[in-house]
Amino acid sequence: MIPALALALGVALGLVLHPTVPDALQPYLPIAVVAALDAVFGAVRAQLDGIFDDRVFVVSFVSNVLVAGLVVFLGDQLGVGGQLSTGVVVVLGIRIFTNAAAIRRHVFRA
Amino acid sequence: MASWRTLLRPRARRVDVLVALLLAVLGFAVVVQVRSTQSTGVLANARQGDLVQILDELSNRSDRLRQESESLTATQQRLSTGTGASQAALAEARKRTQQLGILAGTVAATGTGVQVRITDPKNQVSASVLLDVLEELRNAGAEAVMLEGTADSGQITAVRVVAQTALEDRDTGIAADGTHLVAPFRFTAIGDPSTLAGAMAIPGGVEDAVRQQGGTTVVTRSNRLRVGALHALSAPRYARPD
Repeated sequence: MIPALALALGVALGLVLHPTVPDALQPYLPIAVVAALDAVFGAVRAQLDGIFDDRVFVVSFVSNVLVAGLVVFLGDQLGVGGQLSTGVVVVLGIRIFTNAAAIRRHVFRA
Repeated sequence: MASWRTLLRPRARRVDVLVALLLAVLGFAVVVQVRSTQSTGVLANARQGDLVQILDELSNRSDRLRQESESLTATQQRLSTGTGASQAALAEARKRTQQLGILAGTVAATGTGVQVRITDPKNQVSASVLLDVLEELRNAGAEAVMLEGTADSGQITAVRVVAQTALEDRDTGIAADGTHLVAPFRFTAIGDPSTLAGAMAIPGGVEDAVRQQGGTTVVTRSNRLRVGALHALSAPRYARPD
């Protein structure tokens, strides 16, 4: 319940504050968001499987975001930033779909 | 379902606060990212490589457009300054229009020529006699011909004689292109006066033919005649330029 409320609070803050993304963060924010979403879906799935661990979630969330950002940063330095971010998004997207399928099986039993 | 309930159950350990914080940050970031994507448009979020590519495309396109503009400007200058060739072509085309107009009977013509006056006191001069006169004039090189006679209204009326002109017999006089004319007739033909006059005077020719019908022929040479009657041109219904 608290995590859901916190998520809603974050959304509300974003809506109210109208922040602009710093230029330096602009390439990384979308990737970071997708990576975090992957961690969240993984956490929900683990919770439904009964193996959820807060520490694992925190670590996976932070490391996901950092690794995704690092990969994109490396890609930018190597001149293949666009392609690498596409790759990261594809991989994370596949994981999100896999986790979403597991969650669906738990919730709907189908 | 038990695990579903535990997911929603309130807890308050330290690590839970961290989880909540992370999720709040996630929600915040999602909104921020969505907003920046919506508000700043495509270019602001494009990466450097994409921007360079877009810039390349734009400059290529602008190069192409500039080249096209230059070539069009050159064409415009060529056309508007009117080099000698195009002006000569225009003058030639105008001259040709005039020439064709004289042939088709759509413009008036002046020049040297003869007038052939034919009287017909016995009403015996038929269309075929006048046609003979016309053919002789044409053979002698008449370039523009007009036939005058007295119309039904009593006025002297002129008909431009062109290739399509038809001469028909009527009870009195003739009809030229549907216009009823009675004697005296007068042909005005533009061409070489002496050739035309000579053609009229050929023994056994038109003068003799008119005389046999009881009429007289008077040929007058002139240095300046005007063929003012015009032939009304109708657009061809079937024939098209090839």
